[in-house]
Amino acid sequence: MIERIDAIIIGAGHNGLVCGTYLARAGLTVLFLEARESVGGMTSASTINDDYHFPGLAHTAYPVCPKIRKDLRLDKFGYSAGKAIDTIALHEDGMHLRLRTRRVSGPGLGDRDVSAYVQFKNEYLDYAKALRPLFESRPPRLKNMDFADKSTLAKLGWNIRVGLGRESMYEFLRVAAMNMYDVLEEVFDDERLQGALAADAVLGHHMGPRSPGTVLTWLTRLYGELNGPLSVVCGGRSQLGHALLQAAEASGASFRLGAKVKKILVEKGKAFGVETEDGELVKARMIISNADPRTTFLDLLGAPQLDAMFAQRVSQIRGAGDVAKLHLALSGRPEFSALSESDVQNRLLIAPTMNYVEHAFNDAKYNDCSTDPILEITVPSLHNDALAPAGHHIMSVNIMYAPYDIAGGWDEQRATFAYKIIAQIGRFAPNLKSLVVDFELLTPQDIESQYHVRQGHWHHGEMTIHQSFMMRPVHGAAQYDSPVDGLFLCGAGTHPGGGLTGLPGRNAAKRILSMGVAT
Amino acid sequence: MQHTPFHARLAALSQTEEWTSWNGYMAPRVLDKLSTEYFAVRSSCSVMDLTPMEKYRITGTDALRFLDRLVTRDLSKLKPGRITYVVWCNDDGKLIDDGTLFQFGEGDYRLCSQHHQLDWLVTSSMGFDVTIKTETHDVAALAVQGPTSYSVLSEAGIAGLDEMRPFGIADLYCGDFSVVVSRSGYTGDLGYELWVSPDNALPLWDAIFAVGSRYAVHAIGLSALEMVRIEAGFIMPGFDFNTAESTVRAGYDRSPYEVGLGWVVNLDKGHFTGRKALLAEHTRPARRRLTKIIVKGNKPVAEAFIFDGKHGKLIGEIKCSIWSPILKANLALADIECINGNMPKHIWARVDYQRELKWMSTWAECRMIDKPFYVPAHRSATPPERF
Repeated sequence: MIERIDAIIIGAGHNGLVCGTYLARAGLTVLFLEARESVGGMTSASTINDDYHFPGLAHTAYPVCPKIRKDLRLDKFGYSAGKAIDTIALHEDGMHLRLRTRRVSGPGLGDRDVSAYVQFKNEYLDYAKALRPLFESRPPRLKNMDFADKSTLAKLGWNIRVGLGRESMYEFLRVAAMNMYDVLEEVFDDERLQGALAADAVLGHHMGPRSPGTVLTWLTRLYGELNGPLSVVCGGRSQLGHALLQAAEASGASFRLGAKVKKILVEKGKAFGVETEDGELVKARMIISNADPRTTFLDLLGAPQLDAMFAQRVSQIRGAGDVAKLHLALSGRPEFSALSESDVQNRLLIAPTMNYVEHAFNDAKYNDCSTDPILEITVPSLHNDALAPAGHHIMSVNIMYAPYDIAGGWDEQRATFAYKIIAQIGRFAPNLKSLVVDFELLTPQDIESQYHVRQGHWHHGEMTIHQSFMMRPVHGAAQYDSPVDGLFLCGAGTHPGGGLTGLPGRNAAKRILSMGVAT
Repeated sequence: MQHTPFHARLAALSQTEEWTSWNGYMAPRVLDKLSTEYFAVRSSCSVMDLTPMEKYRITGTDALRFLDRLVTRDLSKLKPGRITYVVWCNDDGKLIDDGTLFQFGEGDYRLCSQHHQLDWLVTSSMGFDVTIKTETHDVAALAVQGPTSYSVLSEAGIAGLDEMRPFGIADLYCGDFSVVVSRSGYTGDLGYELWVSPDNALPLWDAIFAVGSRYAVHAIGLSALEMVRIEAGFIMPGFDFNTAESTVRAGYDRSPYEVGLGWVVNLDKGHFTGRKALLAEHTRPARRRLTKIIVKGNKPVAEAFIFDGKHGKLIGEIKCSIWSPILKANLALADIECINGNMPKHIWARVDYQRELKWMSTWAECRMIDKPFYVPAHRSATPPERF
């Protein structure tokens, strides 16, 4: 038993690391309990066939929130944003489009769409910027507001009215609750461009382009882009998880790996410790859970410790994962038609049209894998040759949609699904099939069991409007505290949600420190 | 509307045809004369069909834990064969309903409530190994209440009532069929509730009424019950206060403290739904309280407003009231706002009444009462007096 622990952080994923490091830097004794043998959660590496190392479940990332980068001095601990990459939207006839923050190019793309893209991105990046105070603060309570709540709303109001200006504000308010399909239909003519942007708006969500609220999910993605361009996660010291671990250790936090928390212990309405799977009791003044809200409240705490309606709300959180991950170990470099070797270093996207994306989602609505799924492909070994044996490569593919529960069960379809994806990529990279040495398919069920996230959802819960802001994860726990005194949340299931921003962790730490419970 | 298993007998007795819906069952307001039915409860013996009351059977290894998390009262002291009065709240500590909880054995309970509660019970059951079954339609129930009820039931052939204490339960026989008897009721008088299989409903009824003429047994309806329950100081959720799950406007629902039921709240027993809200409320000055009052004078008070002093500030309203024939007084339950956390000292009601269709208004002083208005000694005597 360690002397006196101020805060136990359940789960050393990136948000937990951010939160715990802030607290440790504020003088608290922080102990991380991590179920896995490595820290970083979905940013931590995995290996197949001994020699092929996959840097993380998240294979592309925007730079972490600059405030966190600065506050936790992440650059000092080796963090760098990584090499900027473009998105290449693949098309079978070689008519690929190349998208970057403010430029799009490709054969057959009309001038009107090229300039509309620049205008569109500028406009929507401005909207994301306007939302910044909301993303970077705890969500304001609308009832019994305190100063911080009022200040967040005032900043948000100022940004929308004055920051955006009258015309943009009207447009923002018009589109904010729309679906991406309708917006893209208004703005662009080129189906390829529409398809690529629609895929970005729904990636990681159980939504299709026509689903309500997809402009909002697109804006949360653009929040990441405000911090800089996308890069491939390719391991090494510069990786976020690695730098966060260094920062946490330097701040005095301690770690226990392979320590899976089984129960959060409560007495008279106050959390006072945890019990691990090994039966060990660890006491602390506060328990901060980076586990998803359903796991935290229903499994670790248990519904009987909560009020009935609150428990009911938590149990109804929508968050069935809908993305599978395919890891391929390759004996050589995959060659894509009409792409150079350096082109393949980019993010390759198969989402040819909006209707293709919507059709892919239709299958998932009825508990089937997409017949023609959206694929997001990276080849991290082109950025870091230590990831595979000399001359060999790894390929990482996000597959949408692959529902958590599929009709007939995953066991039956796992292998055929993987082969189907390999064949699908093979239409763009003819040599791929002959290069495959080994593969690993992570269905949402695998992600659930390997990363300890309920239903294997990237974002610990859908980022629909009814599960966002002051309703994330649910009313009654939206300000990082919970109905149980001394129990806090800091994971992606809280505002502002998933992605590698680190913001839930930072907002939670600030909230905890502001509550005066720290000393 | 559905018929209860006793309907044939009730229909035969009904002179007024004043029926109403009680949880979807056809229930009499008055069968013959209200005064006869009222005095049957207070002076002889009344029989009322209780079947429409919502009844839930709660079983399983976690039944006690489930119930303890559901209700505000500490159930650890409840023993098999005993009944307790319970209330339950939503997350905000506002009352959803009240009821009586019967413990038949370890992990075997019946919860009786005024309103339909299955959805709330099921919602509350997450994380518990418990089975909840509605048995409203499967158990026929009669309330036999009044000073001679013990004699009536004994004469009717139910042996074993002598030593039964208030809030006790026993498995007994009426002739050749079994009947569960509990010493409980909603009248504040000596009385029993009988629970039988619907097949035995009419034989039970007939056995009681076979001795009826000797003891002036009368079947009664809901109007007489309304009178005696006010005399007994029992509150009726949904009538005396809005139940939380049916309240639309903020602040129109009520906590146990606000309706004078603080005595059934145990904040130290472990977690239950609403505990955190009630704990916070408990530390704040009281805002309002449902209070028993006697309104002076003999004008019918109906739903009068309540004031802090004659011509004073409006501070509340009467939720239910009766003229009590046995106490010769206007009894009422009034929802009264506190002043600085305390009940006002001098409260007055403005009573509006009609005289030959002309509206009149007068002021009547009110006296607050802590105890039930009417508590006869024979109510709790064990064994009860024989007639």
